[in-house]
Amino acid sequence: MNHLTESPQHTRHSGYPRKGFFTDTSICIGCKACEVACKEWNRNPADSQYELLESSYDNTGELGADTWRHVAFVEQNREHIEAARESGRALVSLGMPGIGPPGGNGQNLQGVDTTPPDTPDFRWLMSSDVCKHCTNAGCLDVCPTGALFRTEHGTVVVQDDICNGCGTCVAGCPFGVIERRSDGVVGTKSERDFTPGEQAGTHNVGVAQKCTLCYDRIIDGQTPACAQACPTTSIKYGTREDMVDTARTRVAELHAQGLTEARLYGANSQDGVGGTGSVFLLLDEPEVYGLPPDPRVPTADLPQMFKRAGLAAAGMLAGAAAAFVLGGRR
Amino acid sequence: MTVSDFDSYRPPEPERRKRRGGKRRRAGAGGRGEVPVVPEATFASYYGQPVIKPPPWGSPIAIYLFLGGVAGGSALLGVGAQLSGRRELCRNSRLGAFGAIGAGSVALIADLGRPERFLHMLRTIKPSSPMSLGSWVLTAFSAAAGVAAAAEVDRMSAARLPLGPLRRVLQALEAPAGVGAGVLATPLAAYTAVLLSDTANPTWNAARQDLPFVFVSSASLAAGGLGMLTTAPEHAGPARALAAMGAAGELVATRVMKRNMDPVAAEPLELDGPGRLLKWSERLTIAGGVGAAVAGRSRWLAAGSGAALLAASALTRFGVLRAGLAAAQDPRYTIEPQKRRLAARRRAGIVHDSITTAG
Repeated sequence: MNHLTESPQHTRHSGYPRKGFFTDTSICIGCKACEVACKEWNRNPADSQYELLESSYDNTGELGADTWRHVAFVEQNREHIEAARESGRALVSLGMPGIGPPGGNGQNLQGVDTTPPDTPDFRWLMSSDVCKHCTNAGCLDVCPTGALFRTEHGTVVVQDDICNGCGTCVAGCPFGVIERRSDGVVGTKSERDFTPGEQAGTHNVGVAQKCTLCYDRIIDGQTPACAQACPTTSIKYGTREDMVDTARTRVAELHAQGLTEARLYGANSQDGVGGTGSVFLLLDEPEVYGLPPDPRVPTADLPQMFKRAGLAAAGMLAGAAAAFVLGGRR
Repeated sequence: MTVSDFDSYRPPEPERRKRRGGKRRRAGAGGRGEVPVVPEATFASYYGQPVIKPPPWGSPIAIYLFLGGVAGGSALLGVGAQLSGRRELCRNSRLGAFGAIGAGSVALIADLGRPERFLHMLRTIKPSSPMSLGSWVLTAFSAAAGVAAAAEVDRMSAARLPLGPLRRVLQALEAPAGVGAGVLATPLAAYTAVLLSDTANPTWNAARQDLPFVFVSSASLAAGGLGMLTTAPEHAGPARALAAMGAAGELVATRVMKRNMDPVAAEPLELDGPGRLLKWSERLTIAGGVGAAVAGRSRWLAAGSGAALLAASALTRFGVLRAGLAAAQDPRYTIEPQKRRLAARRRAGIVHDSITTAG
């Protein structure tokens, strides 16, 4: 990137390895335990009226200020499945670097037999989405107060008591994750404490909120609530290096079974956000899950934008000078 | 989704309702009245749900974009008049600059989620955040414009402000403050364009090359308009010239900007409400710009043109802001340009920088 963008390397002195998630959607069963565990642990308020959204079993909707894990449900027929398999196969034949398990050989999937064992007429895609904790985080870069910061574990977290709710990070996130909390009422500090058996008050209203990768748990050596609750180990937690290795091994395994639709999202450190801390294994194009197909951290172009703005400012100055020459007759 | 022999007996499914304030629209078919400029391409999305989020920026932010521009342009007029000895234009421009930046700052603070924490903007200087740099420019500019305006008020009230010994300080600071405001004026007028472009918003980000030029032109024509409105025509020559140049600049810059943008990302600038705002802004810019060029000594023509230009600038800012907010509501504007640029890179043989990888 450029000298303006921040990245986890800036906190290398911390001595802690960078932490991350690997969400393997191929074994997600859509139980939403991660959503519940996240809300419980972080005391996030209900995010809307209870309503049916007509999007399969997903009535949560999207990630936001009050929803830090969101399970997407996609229903697909045979046509979709075949298209996904084909697009995955095309991805493999692009000859991208790092194909196959670590240390293994790259494989050519042209000849792999993709007919059933199990090409079904119908499938459900289920994927638990979360903040990506980007290597080059757009939200963190554009935050004017320094409320968003890079932790010693390489994650991106909002300091609730610093954020003044300007909303720039909301526009800066290429994944639409972070949001300003707007519902509820402002509670005093004592009201924010939790009383067992009572509905907890809404805290941090007017402040940008997103997944912290359970900062309060991982500094204590605990696993984040969602990963802890996941019954199928679809959500894995560990050092980012381990997560990427696990993901590569898993995708090679699926490819060898003929499931060419399997692909990784966020494992590439050369992509537009420098790779994500939360790596995903997807079974179709990212936009099918509501993920951007080619996200790019906006600050990557910031030096160039400053140059253009400087040029425009100089032009305005020249225009004003010319105005006093042209309009000189009094 | 299932297919069975009994499907023919099933009643037709009703059209999906819009929920959550229209957040979950069907992909590509937003129910708008106008025909899109670019033919609709098919693309997959998650139940038509937006990929990115619109920032929580309402009308106060558009008003700030407008008033910040007026303040910057007026400070430039003020310093020019100060250096060339035009008393009336200098006074009016300084008062205009301070009034605009004062009201603009209030609008900016009002739009914060926690307005009581607005001073947190000044707890750090962050070059990667246009909002941070802008806050510092805004603060320094306000201070300089405030001193210059205070000196004018003191003079207008025949030294009746209860200043005591501070009057001498004020008089000594007046000229440097006027120049200081003039120096900070252009960054103030230009940074808001970077602030909008340095986001993941498809429309604002695609406009990053040329939006600063649109914004400084808009600031110039608005400040020129304010000068024409407030200052007697015989003293407002530079204001008319600035207004006419700003109007010409904005008409050109807007066209160049739209041409350089991805056609899909530029669409929100032409559709629906934002499109209408920008269309009217263009009309008023032409009318006001021509008026400024030919007004000469006609007080009423100058005042009318000035008002038209101020309105045009305000409409530009509302239009650009709302176009971005609209672009964030439809996944098409995010997904299509991204897919296209990804495919273009792949065609060019660049495969190392995709976020989706086979392994």
